Amino acid sequence: MSAAEQMVAAAPALSVRGLSTTFAAANGRRLTAVDNISFDVMPGEVLGLVGESGSGKSITLRSIMRLIHAPGEVTGHVGWQGRDLMALSEREMRKVRGGEIAMIFQEPMTALNPVLPVAVQIEENLRAHTSLDAAGRRKRAIELLDLVGIPAAASRLGDYPHQFSGGMRQRVMIAIGLASNPRLLLADEPTTALDVTIQDQILKLILELRDELAMSVVLVTHDLGVVAATCDRLAVMYAGRIVETGPVGEVFYQPHHPYTRGLLGSVPRSGAERTMLLSIEGTPPGLAAIPPGCAFAPRCGFADAGCTAARPPLEDFSAGHAVACFHHQTVGQQEAVLHG
Amino acid sequence: MAEPLSNAGPLLSVEEVHKRFALPHGLMRRLAGKPPQAVNALNGVNLQIRRGETVGIVGESGCGKSTLARCLVRLLEPDNGRVRFEGQDVGELKGAARRAFNRRVQMIFQDPYSSLNPRMTVRQILSEALSVHRMRPAAQIPERIAELLELVRLPQDAADRYPHEFSGGQRQRIGIARALAVEPDVLVADELVSALDVSVQAQVVNLLLQLQEKLSLTVVFVAHDLRLVRHIAHRVAVMYLGKIIEIGPTDRLFSQPRHPYTRALLDAAPELDPARRGGQAATRGELPSPVNLPAGCLFSTRCPHAFERCFKERPLLSPRGPEHRASCHLEHFGLPEAAA
Repeated sequence: MSAAEQMVAAAPALSVRGLSTTFAAANGRRLTAVDNISFDVMPGEVLGLVGESGSGKSITLRSIMRLIHAPGEVTGHVGWQGRDLMALSEREMRKVRGGEIAMIFQEPMTALNPVLPVAVQIEENLRAHTSLDAAGRRKRAIELLDLVGIPAAASRLGDYPHQFSGGMRQRVMIAIGLASNPRLLLADEPTTALDVTIQDQILKLILELRDELAMSVVLVTHDLGVVAATCDRLAVMYAGRIVETGPVGEVFYQPHHPYTRGLLGSVPRSGAERTMLLSIEGTPPGLAAIPPGCAFAPRCGFADAGCTAARPPLEDFSAGHAVACFHHQTVGQQEAVLHG
Repeated sequence: MAEPLSNAGPLLSVEEVHKRFALPHGLMRRLAGKPPQAVNALNGVNLQIRRGETVGIVGESGCGKSTLARCLVRLLEPDNGRVRFEGQDVGELKGAARRAFNRRVQMIFQDPYSSLNPRMTVRQILSEALSVHRMRPAAQIPERIAELLELVRLPQDAADRYPHEFSGGQRQRIGIARALAVEPDVLVADELVSALDVSVQAQVVNLLLQLQEKLSLTVVFVAHDLRLVRHIAHRVAVMYLGKIIEIGPTDRLFSQPRHPYTRALLDAAPELDPARRGGQAATRGELPSPVNLPAGCLFSTRCPHAFERCFKERPLLSPRGPEHRASCHLEHFGLPEAAA
């Protein structure tokens, strides 16, 4: 089944086409943070957006939510419920933002208002996106805190963010996001600041809520372990572009992009203790100095002259698995990093 | 009786170390006649580190792992107990003996941005270490700096640049070069690669493994990332609320953890293999406050296996096999026939 046929089979919940985000730099040049990317998120699906710092994964989420302001500029199409989010007026967008599409951030301490009790912050969202009266909003706020696993929810309504632990604050932020029954949750490194046992609880919570509320989720993370544990599909980003995308199992067991392969090899795994990790030489490029052609070429063991001359397009090579590499066949034939 | 300086004894040992940090004695508590409070960071830690081995110390935030690291290099003085280096009480070292200890036990910090002086070039940073400890006559210092840069694989022209001109991974290499400049026996690395991107983490981990073999270093590797610790360490100590709750050879501890907290940590750590996706969250609840420690077993408030005795009596770290110790009243926990 080709990608086109798949889309007929099930209409995507979110359809991003040719999204680019640029920022004006001091010398009149424009820096490209997100470079012409396209992807779909199916109803009820968890898509992982993976990459290292500066790869453009968080900017992609903010661009979808139209949270990029001057000197930033976003172009492209974001298809959502038969509309193009890029074409909506700010007033219409406010209904979508925090309503149909919710977003949660890495740092709940900076994303929450420190001088308002959490009840006020949840009710604020309920007032904007539902028709509940004051009593109904209070009841719903308790339900939501309960839903995200905050013990004795009713007694914590009047508490301020600083009275919660890091994990509990992240739960509060998820409760605020869920207040409007969103159809899509955009989660920007939601567990990066948390300890592993708490991360585990929050990720499981997001998966449970996805099942209960039939939401789609886009999860931005730098941790491939988090992707393996939660996502259905993933898109790997490098220097603002998607370099490989596909079902998690396929990409992990048989990566076709040298960068994906390098990332997987950089994570220590059991059975190979105290051996050299398959690291990637060099560091990710800065936005002001993205190499011509394939941006990964200078760090790539497979690169040749063709890689710096032209940019490899992101092309399907099997159903739903696409890669942007001229040498993807060679890369795919390498010994697997992970054995399924 | 002085310990003989043989290779058989531990190089560095920690004996029943306690460390408390006083909290501000607030007005309300004073008026109420309540005593001042303190954070119990270390609550009786015992650890022996042999020459040439890598000991990993893992635990979540607030478990005391960084405090322990700082006590090891004598950046902090323990309130009770002692740290011994080659059998001698480190707290009693004076003059030349103290300076020798300061040279032979080196620390590398987590944040390469704040642990290097921004106003000094790499050459100045390295020569300061060399001249303070009189490692080389002035005339030989340039040659030694070249050697050190080579050792950590930085280009020679790095010497005359400032820390801000380097990426995070390169800065961490400068930190390693500075520590190695004084030819230490022990390296204490506190979250060495936590601030780095995944692909760069792997480079620094590879470097550390190579340097350890080449220079026969003893390494104490403090980290929250279990995958990293498993990859690097010969032995691993797991800390919880200021105590070591399990310690053992890496492969044994990971394949057959004998403490419910170690089990929970392993279950919570996201596996890279998508096929090994877990079901239930591994723990419930969050870390209790280190101000008021639980009365019995420190983990009893979150432990799914806790029974009456656990809430009254604190278990001792007792043998579970060769070099393997755990502190749990369930002596058979983790064995194939785990029926207690």
